Amino acid sequence: MGNHKKYWKSEVELSSDNKMISDLKNNEFIDELPVNTLLGDKNNLENSSTNRRDFLKYLGFSTAAATLASCEGPVNRSIPYVVQPERIIPGISNYYATSIADGYDFANILIKTREGRPIKILNNSKAEVKSSANARVQASVLSMYDSMRLKGPTANGEVTSWDKLNNDVKSELNLMLAANSEVVLLTQTFASPTTSKLIKDFLNKYPNIRHVVYDAISDSKALDAFEITYGKRALPIYDFSKADVIVSIGADFLGDWQGGGHDTSYVKGRVPLKNKITKEKAKMSKHFQLESNMTISGANADNRISLSPTQQKIALAKIYGHISGNVVSGKLPENIEIQIKNISNSLIKSGNKGLIITGLDDVNAHLLTHKINDLLKSISIKKDEVSLIKEGNDSEVLELVSDLNSGKVKGIIMCGVNPVYTMPNSDEFVSGINKAQLSICFSMKNDETASISKWAAACPHYFESWGDNEMVSGNFSLTQPTIRPLFDTMQFQDCLLKWMGSENSFYDLIKENWNENILEKKSWNEALHDGFYKSNSKLSLKKINYDFLNAAKNLSNAKSNGLELVLYSKTGMGDGQQANNPWLQEFPDPITRVSWDNYLTVSKFDAKKIGLKNQNVANGALDSNYANINASGVNMKVPVIIQPGQARGSVGLAFGYGKINGIKKEMQVGVNAYRAYHNFNSLQNVEISPIDENHEFACVQLHNTLMGRGDIIRETTLEVFNTKKVSEWNAITKVSLNHIETPVNSPEVDLWDEFDRSIGHHFNLSIDLNACTGCGACVIACHAENNVPVVGKSEVRRSRDMHWLRIDRYYSSDESFDGDNKTKDEINGLSDSLSVFGEMENPSENPQVVFQPVMCQHCNHAPCETVCPVAATSHGRQGQNHMAYNRCIGTRYCANNCPYKVRRFNWFLYNNNDEFDFNMNDDLGKMVLNPDVVVRSRGVMEKCSFCIQSTQAIILNAKKERRLVEKDEFNDACACSAACSTGAMRFGDINEKESKVAELKESERVYHLLDTVGTKPNVFYHVKIRNTDEV
Amino acid sequence: MLYFCALKLMYFFKYLVKRNFYFLNVFSSLFTKRCFVSLFASNFLLSLCFTLNLTAQEPDIAKGKSLFNANCASCHKLNKKLIGPALKGVSAKYEKEWLYSWIKNSAAMIKSGDERAVAIYEEYNKVAMNSFTQLSNEDIDNILAYTDYVPPKPELPVSGAPVGENVGSSPVNDIVLVLLSFILIVLIVLLLLINKTLKNLIPENDNLDKNKIDPKRIPIWKAFVQNQFLVLVSVVVLLLSSAYFAYGYMLQIGVDQGYMPIQPIHYSHKIHSGDNQIECQYCHSSAKKSKHSGIPSLNVCMNCHENIADYNGEEDLEKGYTKDFYTNEIKKLYKAVGWDENSQSYTGDVEPVKWVRIHNLPDFVYFNHAQHVTVAGIDCQKCHGPVEEMEILYQHSPLTMGWCINCHRETNIKVKDNEYYTKIHEELSKKYGVKELTAAQMGGLECGKCHY
Repeated sequence: MGNHKKYWKSEVELSSDNKMISDLKNNEFIDELPVNTLLGDKNNLENSSTNRRDFLKYLGFSTAAATLASCEGPVNRSIPYVVQPERIIPGISNYYATSIADGYDFANILIKTREGRPIKILNNSKAEVKSSANARVQASVLSMYDSMRLKGPTANGEVTSWDKLNNDVKSELNLMLAANSEVVLLTQTFASPTTSKLIKDFLNKYPNIRHVVYDAISDSKALDAFEITYGKRALPIYDFSKADVIVSIGADFLGDWQGGGHDTSYVKGRVPLKNKITKEKAKMSKHFQLESNMTISGANADNRISLSPTQQKIALAKIYGHISGNVVSGKLPENIEIQIKNISNSLIKSGNKGLIITGLDDVNAHLLTHKINDLLKSISIKKDEVSLIKEGNDSEVLELVSDLNSGKVKGIIMCGVNPVYTMPNSDEFVSGINKAQLSICFSMKNDETASISKWAAACPHYFESWGDNEMVSGNFSLTQPTIRPLFDTMQFQDCLLKWMGSENSFYDLIKENWNENILEKKSWNEALHDGFYKSNSKLSLKKINYDFLNAAKNLSNAKSNGLELVLYSKTGMGDGQQANNPWLQEFPDPITRVSWDNYLTVSKFDAKKIGLKNQNVANGALDSNYANINASGVNMKVPVIIQPGQARGSVGLAFGYGKINGIKKEMQVGVNAYRAYHNFNSLQNVEISPIDENHEFACVQLHNTLMGRGDIIRETTLEVFNTKKVSEWNAITKVSLNHIETPVNSPEVDLWDEFDRSIGHHFNLSIDLNACTGCGACVIACHAENNVPVVGKSEVRRSRDMHWLRIDRYYSSDESFDGDNKTKDEINGLSDSLSVFGEMENPSENPQVVFQPVMCQHCNHAPCETVCPVAATSHGRQGQNHMAYNRCIGTRYCANNCPYKVRRFNWFLYNNNDEFDFNMNDDLGKMVLNPDVVVRSRGVMEKCSFCIQSTQAIILNAKKERRLVEKDEFNDACACSAACSTGAMRFGDINEKESKVAELKESERVYHLLDTVGTKPNVFYHVKIRNTDEV
Repeated sequence: MLYFCALKLMYFFKYLVKRNFYFLNVFSSLFTKRCFVSLFASNFLLSLCFTLNLTAQEPDIAKGKSLFNANCASCHKLNKKLIGPALKGVSAKYEKEWLYSWIKNSAAMIKSGDERAVAIYEEYNKVAMNSFTQLSNEDIDNILAYTDYVPPKPELPVSGAPVGENVGSSPVNDIVLVLLSFILIVLIVLLLLINKTLKNLIPENDNLDKNKIDPKRIPIWKAFVQNQFLVLVSVVVLLLSSAYFAYGYMLQIGVDQGYMPIQPIHYSHKIHSGDNQIECQYCHSSAKKSKHSGIPSLNVCMNCHENIADYNGEEDLEKGYTKDFYTNEIKKLYKAVGWDENSQSYTGDVEPVKWVRIHNLPDFVYFNHAQHVTVAGIDCQKCHGPVEEMEILYQHSPLTMGWCINCHRETNIKVKDNEYYTKIHEELSKKYGVKELTAAQMGGLECGKCHY
């Protein structure tokens, strides 16, 4: 039976004479298809040189040719040395001790080279000071293989030769000497005894030259204050491990404060250890942090008080008042007053075991902290050593700019500085430099300054140079080249020697100076081997009398008008020297977890007041509108991050971004905060207004709170830790087995049979949440060791970052995490849970913060292994979860089944791909790759391997030498544990009973991440202990 | 029947031919060797023969040669300047007594101001010759006899044919050839005879068949098409067999067993490690320390080749490996390393050699030579084959994962004298209930041991 129902598309069809309907009936497409114009033109077709048959022929031929070509393997060439250097064995790494001193970062390090290529940086544990490399130093190896480096000297933008440059500069200098016109030598802080000597000789030869030291991020006021107090322009050396009470007022001492590197001694006093024999109570220092921006120091503090800079100044003055017994005026909110009183009492109580420091950019603040420490007789400040890594003098730099413009200074020689980028009054400097008769800039890049200087002198990376430095008085380090210069470069010091008419090289000079003045008759070769020499000479600092009460008065009179901007440096970018380093650009900020950007951090309160917004878009990514900052006439358009813990009335902005010259397009991100750095003061008054324009962030962590899930981060207080049983603060989780609560570690709970791992090695990684400061050196070290690709901003925004190791940062939604747990437990019923959980997503205004490094947990009962359809991931007897990339077909089942979300999928081919124009896309950048680790291709899963290439290498070395693996030899196997300067990460073999990691595994603080899922990980964490005890 | 016979005969014939060729090869190789012995490397033997007939007072050339090689060869050559002058016919230039005292103590002679001694000293960059006080006058006589010895010229072959052709036209070969052709003729005759008999039989059979055929019978291909089952079966068989072959083909993709590329310098492992018995690790020294066996840098070659400028070993004329050919290859080395033979010095003008890599493992495989060479003590030949016999090096093993794993399953751990293994071997072997552990039981089959 036929169906004669008629379906109407619309009522228009009812009228039979509608033209559109009839047109549609006859013609499917109303607009004529352009077929005829394309193929109907006979002439066109006939004149075409390619007809259909030809096309098919070409197609067939090219297909056949491609098929044939793919059948044949490529011919690989091997080119041996003509004369093999004695110490190089292909396939074996060599290590050299050296030091970095780029004007911002100073550290003693080891460089690992393979076949003559430096590929990684390690800590030089033999050095007694500054022996740890932070994230930037770790990444500096890639900055050498930067394709944007200057490849040779230029004169007025034209390529020139060194001979010509040196001759021209020399004759110019002699002319200027004859005319007695003033020249300025503007340099970074070298902290180098031999360079200082050389510059002194140079200035003797050319008395018309004046030396000015310029630090892009200035510590001039701290230097001034120290000079006033102790008569030496230097910075003090602190030993935080000796302090019971640490009070930091705006000092991010775990970050870059006064050159950084304070974390090792700080953590020594922060890990509570119970003495098993004497049953003595565990002790740890108590850390108060009063600050505006949320810093990693604030995140690690036991008690963080967010205060605007002005309030901090008053608070400091008040603490001084309490301790010295003077009355200090100034107004603070009442609850803050109480807390300040508490802090002061704690300091007084702790006596010489108290320490107060400040990061306020104010001479008076530094003077007061010196005075308070002196009153406390603090033993945490060393009296026989000073830090020499900052020399910059603000007033001299400012004078230079005006002198250049007035024509008083006629020439300028620059090295290690980029004032056009870093000066707040950059325009004035540019006009000054254009007036100068002589301008020469030693730089690795054709940066903002080099490009406007008459001569751009290409200088080598520190891996290619000789040098020496004295970072801490009496502690000397050497810098030695580890590779022949990649380009036609010449060191600044060698040029100075040339200009002075000397035949010597800088190396000769260093050796001579060391043998004569430093080594005290010890061996030069030994010093070069160690990279470090500690001399026996000691300083003795003498106090100078000063009216400190006046300083306190000045401080307490501080007034704020409007918002206060606190300029800071990010852990990843620092002062911006390495802005063209993709590892650092992609490195997520430890606090905000945002990569590829700088931004204005603003408190929730102020954001609401001004109208600044953050929102998550449909795919979860973070967006914001912009803020217009007006800092004394300078306007900047900056994206915004609403930062929990940011003090009301203050905003933060990081240096180091917004570079344009000598930097790849992808890396030209952020805004240049130096424009607001008026008078080199990091505290500025600003006006802020919203701009209704959307900004897209690349943020790797979108959920900021723990929602009361205590099984992810376990923490307790020192008091509970000391007095209560383990079962109360670190209980074994119970799960329901046949409706009976059973401990998760009992065998009947497990789906799998236990595998005996007592034979051979069994690797474990210990992570102490008390010792982890969140500095991120491990993240970059892991990058370098494992050839982790950089994916770029838009991919990170899609949560496709490839970091094998991430450091999660959680805020508490309540005042503390403990409060969160209580709130969660008190939830009653569905509606309650919906509303409360909704609220718990928002962090508190001044939250507790915790860092948790997470990498593959190498579960003994790994959920990923059971779901892989091709058995590409499997378990080794040594406890490592293996990943055979060549076997992986990319189903991503494993990543979906991983409770820790540590597996990373290669969505694209990240090497040799112009879409990802980072280091793996150019021949130079690829030289940093570790030849022992494969570069993964598109479509495969990858993850942390417990650096199996290193564990295997250590085992092989033992086998070759026919010995057992030495005690703790495995600790430096993992790039992360080797990079960790605080000992938060420790790797090793738990079957080796004397090893550190086996001892740590026995600690009662040990817990496993998400132990309820029963994965039995080989990574274990230590419960975080906060010292909330009254002192 | 006919077909079968023919096939069988053919096989037999093929076999014979093969065997004969084999014989031929054996004969010819034997003969070549003899040729070599008699024609090219005769000095030594000849001199031996001579000495047997001569009185004891006469200098002994063979002894002289060995003395020369032991004492003089590091600085002197017969026909060429090295560190010292060429020694061919040296006794004609200087009287014997002078030579005795020079060889025994040249320094003293230079000191005493002997004109000729000082002249030599000046000529050779003021490098004094070592004193050889241990040599007796008789020894020196022997050495001089050797340096003076001119080998008798080999008899020229008749009609001036090149030496190489001699090999082909030897009497033994002729006999073999005659024999062969005789057998061949016999075979052909046999074949013809059989063929004839069979042909005679055919007509009778044909008649028989024709009578039996049913005119209505369907042709066989039609019957085949109609039988669907048969079609199905044959399609399945066809598919399966093609899948089998396709699989076989695909399995060998990327397997370069037998890969024998032409190298920029014809380097013969046969001469170096076969004839001259040079240890593999003398040149491939990093094999015992590192993951790479390492292609020796050219300075390693020059350790020996500073003194060895000409090839003096056996030749393979069939393939064109003559002395000149090899000597020419040594010159290529000199060019690459920048060695000037005349001045016996390095010019600094180098040109690295771009060898073609033969053993290529994919990037995702980690292989470590030291583990296998130093720890396991495996012979290089186990994987690389009879390198000492390879004139041109080729890839001996398939280098597939199956091949690796097979060996790991079969090879025992070398526990002896290795403290690393002592404890773990004891515990593991107890666990597995075996006396000796294989590499596989030690964890040598785990993915992550080779793939990271």
